[in-house]
Amino acid sequence: MNNSRRDFLKQSGLLLAASTLPLSLVEIAFAKEEDNFSFAYISDAHIQQIKGTQFVRNWDRGLMRAVAEANLLDPKPDFVMFGGDLAQLGKPEEIDHGLEILSALNTKPRFVLGEHDFYLDMGEYWAKKVSEHHYSFDHKGVHFVVLNSILTYDDWNNKWSSPQERMAMMAGLDNPLGSPFMVGEAQRNWLKADLAKVDKKTPVVVFSHSPLQKIYKGWNFWTDDAEQVQALLKPFNKVTVIYGHVHQIQYNQIGNISFHSVMATAWPWPYPSTYAKAEQFLPKLTVEMNRADPFFERDATGWQLIDIATGNTAVHYQLAENKPRTVAFNPKTKRPEDSEYQQQRAVTQNHY
Amino acid sequence: MLTYKKTLIVLALSLPGIVNADEFTKADLTQWENEFQTVVKQGRAAFTDPNLGSNGVVCAQCHPNAANTHPETYPKFQKQLGKVISLWEMVNWCLRNPLEGKPLAADDPKMTALVAYITSERKGVKLDAGKH
Ligand SMILES: [Fe+2]
Ligand SMILES: [Fe+2]
Repeated sequence: MNNSRRDFLKQSGLLLAASTLPLSLVEIAFAKEEDNFSFAYISDAHIQQIKGTQFVRNWDRGLMRAVAEANLLDPKPDFVMFGGDLAQLGKPEEIDHGLEILSALNTKPRFVLGEHDFYLDMGEYWAKKVSEHHYSFDHKGVHFVVLNSILTYDDWNNKWSSPQERMAMMAGLDNPLGSPFMVGEAQRNWLKADLAKVDKKTPVVVFSHSPLQKIYKGWNFWTDDAEQVQALLKPFNKVTVIYGHVHQIQYNQIGNISFHSVMATAWPWPYPSTYAKAEQFLPKLTVEMNRADPFFERDATGWQLIDIATGNTAVHYQLAENKPRTVAFNPKTKRPEDSEYQQQRAVTQNHY
Repeated sequence: MLTYKKTLIVLALSLPGIVNADEFTKADLTQWENEFQTVVKQGRAAFTDPNLGSNGVVCAQCHPNAANTHPETYPKFQKQLGKVISLWEMVNWCLRNPLEGKPLAADDPKMTALVAYITSERKGVKLDAGKH
C-alpha cells in the first residue's frame, strides 16, 4: 500500500464527498512509482433541455456532483476524461450547458463522443465546440486512443424525415428502429496507421463510448465490428478498453484486452439479463453492481478514478449511494477482478 | 337480482356460440388479443412519450423494455412509502418524481395502458407478489 495515495481527498468538507470517498488503492508491487498515474473518468451526463434555460434537474445534479468530487482528488489526477453522452438529444443548448458544468473542473477534460451527442447533426457542433471525434495521445509511456464507436450505416442515417427524428430514434435505448453501433472501415484504417507507429510493448488504452465487445444487441450494448477492432489491438502486450454507454459496472478479459465500463452520472440501467425475453452475453467475470433504489435519485450512478500502474489498469468506482468498488487487473490470473467481491460473486441484491 | 338476470339475457343474446359457452371461438380469441395488443401499444407509446411528465423524461429512459419494473412482485410493501402498494401507485411515484409530472387515476385509460405494456414485457415470469 502506498500511504500517499490513501489520503486522496482534501478534507475540505465539500458535499458528503470527503466521508464517502476514502479511496483504498490496489497498488501493484512491481510498478515503478514514477510510471504510475491516475486520471478521473466522468461519463453519460445526458444533460436534457426542457425549454429555454430549463434543464432536467436530476441529470444536472449528477454531473455537478461528479465534478465537485473529482475536484477533491489530491493529488490531482493527470487528466480528466468525459466518456460521451454529454447531451440527451444532441442540442447545442445541452452541449453548452454540459460544458458549462464541466468548466468547474480544475483539470481540463478530454472527450469521447456518444450517440446522444451525435445523431442530431452528425457531430458537427461537437467537432466545432468540444473535440475531435477520434484522436490519440501519449502520456507517461502509455498510448491513448479515443475512438468514435457510435457510427452506424449510411442507409439508416439517411432514412429519417428530419435530424430530430433521427436523433430521437437513436436516443431510445430499446427502440427496435435504432441501428447497431460501429467504428467503421475508415476509422479502423486510421487506427491501424496510428498503432503502426507504436511499439508493441507500449501499454495501449482505448476509450470508446460503446463496448468494443458484443453484449446485448437489443440495447446497443454492442459494436458491430468489435472483432475487427480487437484484431488491431491484438499485437500489443497490454491493452485496456474503457467504455461508457452502458450505465452500469461491467468488466471482461478477451485475450490480451481488459475491458472496463464506467458509470453514468445521470441514471443507471438494469443488466440485460433482467429483461426476461433477452438472450445476452454479459461477461461471466462481471460481479454486478447493486440494484438501484429509485427512491434515491443518485443511487447506482457515479464516476471513476482510474490508475495506470506499469500499464495495468485499476478502476475505482465512486458510487454516490454505495460503497466505492475497485476492479483491478490481477497479474496472477491475468484478468480484471473486483478487489472485494470477486470471490463472493454478489454485492448485496439479486437482479431479476 | 333483477339486473343480474337482465345482464344474463343480454349476454346470451349477444353471444352467437352460446350453446358451447365453455369454448371460445377463434374469432373471439383473435379479437380479445387484438384489443389487448392495441392497449399494450398505447402503453408503449405512453412509456416513451416525452409529454407524459413535465420535463421530457420518458419511462423507457431508465427502464428499457420496462426492465427493472418487476410487475410480478406487486402488490408489495414499499418501505419508502411505508405501505403495501399496487403497481399503478409505483407508476404514479415515477410520474411525480423522475418525470416531475401529475399522477394518473387508477382507472385512467393511460394508466391501464402503461400497466398493460409493463406487464406484457414480463410475460411468462412467475407471479411473486410481495417479493423484493
Ligand atoms: Fe448514456
Ligand atoms: Fe450512449
